[in-house]
Parts: sequence; C-alpha cells; structure tokens
Amino acid sequence: MLSKLKKEEPKGNRIIVTVLGPDKVGIIAGVAQVLSANKINILDISQTILQEFLVMVMVADMSESTSDMIELKEKLAEKGREIGVRIDAQHEDVFKFMHRI
Amino acid sequence: MLTLQEILETVNMVQEENLDIRTITMGISLRDCSDPSPLSARRKIYDKIVRLAGNLVKTGENIEREYGLPIVNKRISVTPLAIVAESSNTDNFVDFARTLDEAAAAVGVNFIGGFSALVHKGFTNADHKLIDSIPAALASTSRVCSSVNVATNKAGINMDAVYRMGQAIKKTAELTADHDGLGCAKLVVFANVPEDNPFMAGAFHGIGEPECVINVGVSGPGVVKKAVETAGNCDFGVLAETIKKTAFKITRMGELVGRTAARKLNVPFGIVDISLAPTPAIGDSVAEILESMGLERCGTHGTTAALALLNDAVKKGGAMASSYVGGLSGAFIPVSEDAGMIRAVEAGSLTLDKLEAMTCVCSVGLDMIAVPGDTSAETIAAIIADEIAIGVINKKTTAVRLIPAVNKKVGDYVEYGGLLGRAPVIPVKPFSSAAFVCRGGRIPAPISSLTN
Repeated sequence: MLSKLKKEEPKGNRIIVTVLGPDKVGIIAGVAQVLSANKINILDISQTILQEFLVMVMVADMSESTSDMIELKEKLAEKGREIGVRIDAQHEDVFKFMHRI
Repeated sequence: MLTLQEILETVNMVQEENLDIRTITMGISLRDCSDPSPLSARRKIYDKIVRLAGNLVKTGENIEREYGLPIVNKRISVTPLAIVAESSNTDNFVDFARTLDEAAAAVGVNFIGGFSALVHKGFTNADHKLIDSIPAALASTSRVCSSVNVATNKAGINMDAVYRMGQAIKKTAELTADHDGLGCAKLVVFANVPEDNPFMAGAFHGIGEPECVINVGVSGPGVVKKAVETAGNCDFGVLAETIKKTAFKITRMGELVGRTAARKLNVPFGIVDISLAPTPAIGDSVAEILESMGLERCGTHGTTAALALLNDAVKKGGAMASSYVGGLSGAFIPVSEDAGMIRAVEAGSLTLDKLEAMTCVCSVGLDMIAVPGDTSAETIAAIIADEIAIGVINKKTTAVRLIPAVNKKVGDYVEYGGLLGRAPVIPVKPFSSAAFVCRGGRIPAPISSLTN
C-alpha cells in the first residue's frame, strides 16, 4: 500500500501519522482536518483493525506546512484527546532508518 | 516500502517497550583552559562549556519532539580535570568541581562527567590533589561525576590507586550519608576506561578526542525482552539472531539521533554506545531479559552464559547498525537501576560473587551495589582489585561503583528514586583483605600470550 508512494520524493518533509484507539466515526475526518488546516498534503492512508482497535497510518508531506513538527504534534495530540484516540506523528526517517539499510 | 507492521513495530517500541535514547553527551575539550591562576582557569572552563553546550538541551528537546523518540538525558563530558587543573597554583580542586557544577546548571544538563584522573601507571601531583578532593567535591556539588582509571592491560594495576579509591569511596559515603551515600553513585573506578563513553557516571572527554564531539547512548532492554518473549521456545541460534536484529533496530535510532544532533549543533559525530542500559521502569530490565530466556531468577546457574549470549548478540547487531560504535557498548548490570536485579538480590539468587562472574562477559562491572556501612576501606579496595583484575586480564573495560550504606546492614535499602533507583544492601565477606591491599605498588601488566 505505502510502497507505491516512494517514487515521488519530496525529500526530508514526509511524516508518518499513526492513530491507535477504538474505532469510531470521524477519526479520519478529524485527522485530515488538522492536516489540511496546516497545509499538509496526505499522500497515503492505510488502516486495519487489530484486536478491536483501529490502527491507521497516514503518510503526509509537510513541505508546504504552516506549522513545524512540534506544533503539529501538539495539535494532533489535542485532536486525539478530543476524539478519544492516540494520534502521533513522527518523521519518516525514524522508520526508514530502523527498517531499511 | 514501509509496511504497516514495520511502522507499528517502531511505534510500539517507543510507546510500550521503553525504547529511548538514554543520553546525548557532548564531549568538550578543556585542554586550552589551563591557567596558573585557578580563578582564570575556572572562568575559562565555565565560559567554554556554556559557549559550546548552550544549545545542547534545546537541540535535544527539539530532536526528541521531531522524531517522537524520548531522549532521556542531555549531558556533558570534559577533559579529565586533573589534566586541566594541573598548571593552576592551588591545592583546592573542589572549587573546580563547583565550577563544573555551575556550568552544568547554567546549560541545564543533569550530569557533567570529567572530575577524573588517569593514574593506571602512577600519580602526578594534580592526580593526588584531585583524588583527595573527590569526597568533598561530590558532597558539595549535585551534577558532577567523577571517575578514576586505576589500571590498563598495558600498564597493570596501580594498587596504590586502588587502595586510595577504597578510602575515597568510604569517605564520600560518609560525607553524603544524609542522602544514602548519593556521592558514591557519581564515582566510578575503572580499568581500561574508554575515552568516548557517553554514559554517566564514568563519562569523560579523552585526550585523543576532538575539540568537541557528540556521543550517543541508546537504551532498550524492554524492546529486547519483548523480542525474546515473542521468539518463544526457540533454540539458541534463533534466540541470538532475534536479539541481533532487535539490537540493530535500536542502534539505528541512536545513529539517527546522534547524526541529527551533531548536524544541528555543528559538532562532529563521535560514536553510538550500544549498551543495553536498564532503568527501574517496569519491563526495562536486563535481568528480565535473562529470565525470559528461561532462568527462574537472574543470578541462578546459567546466568553468565545467558548474559554472554545477550551481550555478544547485542554487539553484533549494534555494530552493523552504526558507522561508529564506541564507549562501553555492552549490557549494563547495575543493581539499583534494574527492578529484576533488585528482585533477584532480595530472593537470594543474585550475590556479589555472581555479579562479579557476570562482569567477565559483559560491560561494565560491579555497578550500583550497596554494601554494609561498616565495610572497611580495605575490603572495598579488595573488591575493586578483583573487578579491575578481571578487566586487565581479559583486556576489557571493567568498573566499580559501590555504595557503602552508612549505618545500614544487609537487608536494608538505599533509596535514590529516578534513574538511580534503590538498592538492597548486599553481604560482603567478613574476612580481612587488608594485608593484601596495603602492600602498595603495582601489579605488573599481564602477559598477552599463553592465554589460558
């Protein structure tokens, strides 16, 4: 799913947003709203249900973002508290560095 | 390319299994701060630390938030102070420790290492003064850490230094008795000390190091424990492979953070120390990794073999993951900082003798062990001598960080809280070693062939 996006390479500005929590209405909308309000382009969404919990992963591009990573994480965490799920964002490098040589 | 599983694995490591970067340590050379006037020397030291490390904490916090990886400590190591203060006309080295303490407070780091001396072959005048000042320095500062290297496999063991460190540890415990001998938690005696260790209390900036450097220590016993548990009842080959892969992933995070920090601070990147460093947090325990391999309690028969496997697999995985591995790079087995070790001591499974045996196959030594308050300086020196001999003969780093628990006996506890944790007082042998350690002189360097 996420692999096809690798080719278009706006390097250094891609983040991975993860959402963990009970499935309910409006999670994607809530996260997307925060991202679009900060001019962050969603490149891919992938989700699955694990033991009744929703696990959603978004790849997004921050190159036009109006917030920096730190502000964005705070806004996402706040939205997560509002919806009742845990939302986190990390730079894509963390994942690439760990899993790819 | 990244799969959902990989992303979740990383997120879980951080959120559930206590993966963190234990420390970003900035090494700063103070060799250009020497001055005949102690006041001028101290001013130069303060100014240089504040100038170079002013942004260290802020940069660390920014990386932490950007990458979503906790960076527990930001710290500083400096040139062994005995070298820097050598040319100053003073006998009072305690003031130098206070200056380090003030500089550390000014830049907001929790520890600064380098109130140190290298005396494996013998003492200079400044080395004498520094060692004499250690108890008062540790009692009158809160952030300063001290270390003394008393042996190398090339020089042998300076037994005069070993004895003096036994006395220094005893005195430090007495001066900081109000805080359960906290000063001793900041004092390490080394053999074959590494010059680029980012972990306290033994960190200092070695004389072969550059002007300024960033070294990183990773952590992650919780992640390894989870991986061992998930691997289940597999054979040793699969077990070692599982640990290697996990260590690789953990170390990659250290490499990423170290390189980023170095770039942002415009300082060269030194090394990643791949040591498994436990914390008192639930599940973040090296002892529990050993137990999850199939030992009922850490310290029972088989523990040394399990630790040898663990330590070697961590090194193999870690060495692949970083371009520069250094520092101590092994598994730490500090008693007070590891909930599983504490339980094992309480259960009677883990003793001082077994801990000593375990240090033969891992870094770094007898670490954060509380001994009865009436233990003599000679006995402490003899415990140091044993541990240092292991390092010298096996050509590895070993260290001793003992806490004589003033007015306490076996079964009592010393309590520090935080990362330093709590330690049950462990029994030592009641028989005297005084006539041995008081002989004086050096134990010659060992032969390097005939290796049995």
